[in-house]
Amino acid sequence: MTQTKQPLLHVENLKQHFKISRKFTTKAVDGISFDIYEGETYGLVGESGSGKSTTGRALIRLYDPTDGKIIFDGHDISGKLSKEDESFLRTNMQMIFQDPMACLNPRRKVSQIIAEGLEIHHLCKSKKEVDEKVSRILDKVGLSAEQGTRFPHQFSGGQRQRVGIARALVMNPKLVIADECISALDVSIQAQVVNMMKDLQDELGTTYLFIAHDLSMVKYISDRIGVMHLGHIVETGTTDEIFENPIHPYTKSLLSAIPHPNPVVEKKRVAITYDKDAQGVDYTKGTQHWLSDTHYVLATDEEFEKWNSK
Amino acid sequence: METVKRNKNDRVLYIRDLNISFKTAYGTVRAIRGVRLDLFKGETIAIVGESGSGKSVTVKTIMGILDSNGVIDSGQIVYHYTDKDGVEQEVDLVKMSQKDIRYKLCGKHIAMVFQDPMTSLDPTMTIGKQIMEPMREHYKISKEEAKTRVLKLLEEVGIDNPDKRFKQYPHELSGGMRQRVVIAIALACDPDVLICDEPTTALDVTIQAKILELIKDIQNKKGISVIYITHDLGVVAKVADYVAVMYAGRIVEKGKINEVFYDPRHPYTWGLLSSMPDTDTNSRRLFAIPGSPPNLMERVEGDAFALRNPYALNIDYKEEPPMYDVGGQHRVASWLADPRAPKVQLPAELVEKLEKMKKEAFKDDTN
Repeated sequence: MTQTKQPLLHVENLKQHFKISRKFTTKAVDGISFDIYEGETYGLVGESGSGKSTTGRALIRLYDPTDGKIIFDGHDISGKLSKEDESFLRTNMQMIFQDPMACLNPRRKVSQIIAEGLEIHHLCKSKKEVDEKVSRILDKVGLSAEQGTRFPHQFSGGQRQRVGIARALVMNPKLVIADECISALDVSIQAQVVNMMKDLQDELGTTYLFIAHDLSMVKYISDRIGVMHLGHIVETGTTDEIFENPIHPYTKSLLSAIPHPNPVVEKKRVAITYDKDAQGVDYTKGTQHWLSDTHYVLATDEEFEKWNSK
Repeated sequence: METVKRNKNDRVLYIRDLNISFKTAYGTVRAIRGVRLDLFKGETIAIVGESGSGKSVTVKTIMGILDSNGVIDSGQIVYHYTDKDGVEQEVDLVKMSQKDIRYKLCGKHIAMVFQDPMTSLDPTMTIGKQIMEPMREHYKISKEEAKTRVLKLLEEVGIDNPDKRFKQYPHELSGGMRQRVVIAIALACDPDVLICDEPTTALDVTIQAKILELIKDIQNKKGISVIYITHDLGVVAKVADYVAVMYAGRIVEKGKINEVFYDPRHPYTWGLLSSMPDTDTNSRRLFAIPGSPPNLMERVEGDAFALRNPYALNIDYKEEPPMYDVGGQHRVASWLADPRAPKVQLPAELVEKLEKMKKEAFKDDTN
């Protein structure tokens, strides 16, 4: 692959295994590699249990990765973290969580919640500077500074998610991991939040790793998409490549499952089923087959022939 | 597409002018404000709306499981059924006590599938026992007979290896399988009305399609009527014959699915349709309905949607719009449908989207 740009995040052969018992280990993420470039949005999609959230959590080091290499802006953050690397990681990578009620401390005011990161990392010289930053970010996410004095329960779901986003962005991070950050919201509010995230990206140049299971939303926000299934990235490419020319049968089945709000068409449509075992697909045997500079499929040679010819 | 003739004699359930409020510590919440709805035999209706719009409260009332602080202020819910002696009965659910509804109708005549299959199953009971429970309770049949029925039912809902599954516990199954079990329980006593409250929200897209196809299949086989509660217009498009869009406790637009989807008349429906991301347009921004739903604790003056509505007329702030008949089965509660109202142009993006939808639909027809 000939990319002249240096990736912001480079992930190579990342593995995250969980030992359940002496005999059994869950391989939640089993050797995935991808790059995220500065200023873009990388969407990670897949069904539940495919390991997309685990990937996000391993990247921000909520877990200790079993194996693999993570290079974030020139720092290796995969092994044991040195103090410098840790503080670099904690200030420059932030996460937005799925459930906006569960991730905000109900006993603290919104302004305190947002300021917490700034205070812990001593990023501001004075209390006044903290307040300034908090009110500026509140304004950016569409809340008033006055609302900062309220508690999380006084907000609606969409507003709470805005607080979650403000908390992540106040650190001025290079990379934000958004883990299913809109799936708990109502449809009309989802669009508001997605638009806001896009506007903020244009303004601040933040990079997003957008984890979701809703492909149609992912299409709107992402520049590139990775499709995960059972701990493997089975296909990755730019949004157009994935939607116009999906190769892997799993990607096809995911795309066919998106409901369209068009009754006549929708009633006739039958989703494509994908059964890995029935088709005899073994992800560990597959290798990356490149279709273009950005688009690859995980497959063995024969599988690639078969899928690509169709 | 087979359409159900909405003949008065085939009416299974009808709701008239239903008003429900909740007494809370902070005041009274008027959750349902004058809902009117019909359900016919073999028909699928979908109630669409945001959380807090009152769609769940409506069906909970039908099931007699309204929360204890909820009060039915007025209205009627008439349910028409044939009892076990073959006599046709008509009962007003509002006049019945919740206990009566639950003993006489729930399970046997009206059954419900809930959103989250994990919380609606008992983790300490095997699958088989849970499906047998309603049968044994309602039909007073022996264990052996119940078991044979359960095995058949499990097969019907697409669970392979029913003998093995019979003895398993809910935690041993995947989310999709669990939801199938919940559907099996709901179908255990051959109900006439199946209520599905967001049956697929907790599931993955790939499994979602399967579950919807399953419910449709069963409906075709057994001729039952289904009420869907959902906020996903894609799901609605797939399953429904008839749609009711709810906003702030009122039905703002209802009609046959094609009427509502290809010719929406209410600004809220416009917003909903425009904010659905679709996979073939490439515009950078999603349309979003500004603001958030009103607090029903306060008295709603005029149209509840007026504050979020760029097309609001002066009268929208003063008086609540009545239901207008806009042809066919299509009804809309918006002042824009009044003959005196100024003509408004739909948002350009939506017009384009509708045109495309119609083109796709039409193309399929000619093939």
